[in-house]
Amino acid sequence: MFLWFHKLGSPPHFYRIAGKWIPWLSGIFLALLVAGLYGGLILAPTDYQQGESYRIIFVHVPAAWMSLFVYVVMAFCGVVIIVWRMKLAEVVLISSAPIGASFTFLALVTGSLWGKPMWGTYWVWDARLTSELILLFLYLGVIGLHNAIEDKRVAARAVAILALVGVVNIPIIHYSVEWWHSLHQGASLSKFDKPSMPPSMYVPILLMALAFQFYYALALFHKCRAELLRRERNSKWVEEL
Amino acid sequence: MAEFFQMGGYAAFVWPSYALCALVLWLNWYLPRKQHEKELRLLRRRRKAEKR
Amino acid sequence: MSHRLSLGQAFIFLLRRDLLLALRNRAEYAMPLLFFVLVITMFPLALGALPELLARIAPGIIWVAALLAAMLSLDSIFRSDFDDGSLEQILLSAHPVAILVLAKVSAHWLVTGLPLLIVAPLLAEMLGMTAAAQPTLLLTILIGTPILSLIGAIGVALTVGLRKGGIILSLLVLPLYVPVLIFASSAIDNAAMGFDVSAQIYMLLAFLLLSVSLSPWATAAALRMSAG
Repeated sequence: MFLWFHKLGSPPHFYRIAGKWIPWLSGIFLALLVAGLYGGLILAPTDYQQGESYRIIFVHVPAAWMSLFVYVVMAFCGVVIIVWRMKLAEVVLISSAPIGASFTFLALVTGSLWGKPMWGTYWVWDARLTSELILLFLYLGVIGLHNAIEDKRVAARAVAILALVGVVNIPIIHYSVEWWHSLHQGASLSKFDKPSMPPSMYVPILLMALAFQFYYALALFHKCRAELLRRERNSKWVEEL
Repeated sequence: MAEFFQMGGYAAFVWPSYALCALVLWLNWYLPRKQHEKELRLLRRRRKAEKR
Repeated sequence: MSHRLSLGQAFIFLLRRDLLLALRNRAEYAMPLLFFVLVITMFPLALGALPELLARIAPGIIWVAALLAAMLSLDSIFRSDFDDGSLEQILLSAHPVAILVLAKVSAHWLVTGLPLLIVAPLLAEMLGMTAAAQPTLLLTILIGTPILSLIGAIGVALTVGLRKGGIILSLLVLPLYVPVLIFASSAIDNAAMGFDVSAQIYMLLAFLLLSVSLSPWATAAALRMSAG
């Protein structure tokens, strides 16, 4: 098991394995996407309070979950970088940043488009929205800092620290609706309680969330492969490609 | 069918949300692939230059 | 070299070169924009996000943030050219330096001022600024940001060779920016209340015309002193 992990950490091995997995990940992603969209846009009934506008939930919630998840992955990579200086962790961290930033951006914008018809405003400075906005800034900061430092191995250490420092924002975002009075609604889907919405609604959300997970994997692998080629340009394994 | 596109009058909010998601997801797939192909082209050119 | 560029060709050449360099250093140019957004975000957090208060001070916040962001971006006009010697080459050219400077400043505005046209309305909306004031906001940014680039260029030209150039630059340039700030935010305030804004807009246009016609020469003179 440890040997497999150790092997996976080697750039040429990861490059090959990722290349092989991408088609499968893409296939599963598309299947889940179609299932989720069909369940959400066609099968799910109209909400008696919100009409059809609630259907934004099927992209808004998965995007928001992913924005948090990807950052946690980056923080985890940060630990690996600082403790073991693993090259692959460096590549995964920096490749995840634009994807995570994209999810955060989507969560904010779809939330804003949902908020206007439902609660009358595109934006409000409450705890959840503000902390999600700060998350976007953190992602952009990671990208900017990495970009600004010439030596990419030094840059990796710097963003590792930044990612770890910023991870404190994640529980704040998650619990913001409990800790502060908020316009944003409370958690309807939690790990252990029964959900407060019918299966016809929460199943598509879960399908879309799973689809986004597979999307993250395939987008990450694409980006990592490109990054690996760029960084390891002068190494032997790249020449032998 | 028309009802589906109208989204109960909320079409202007629902469809741009989905469209934006599609765009952003496509970009995060397309741009790294372009970068990858650029790198491969660069490597091929270098290899040809070294062979001479 | 028997191949001589006309003044127009030289202008276009320098403009394209600077735009290409900016495109290659995208992240560096994105940072003042991000700073702009961050500074504006600080205000609701600091002031407790009361909607009426935010809506009223929104024009002022946006313009102060625009000034600060413009100042942060000024360094990029001449810094890299100064460092690699291109600045001297520009000064030695047969063409009037003022026109070449105008090309560089135009590129700077396209890259730093123009993006504000997209971002500022979004932020104004987030601050709850009255929708009626949005067109005036856009107009003041369209007219005002070139002025910031033009006047800022004078300051950068004066300080490009200095070690602590950054701080001195701010002290030089911010007072010169004040008239733009006053008239721009006054215009947006008036628009929000439904009053006429032509007086402020005409003043801004006057400043723009004055800066376009005079600042390139001042900048050229300052460059000759700093780098010549």
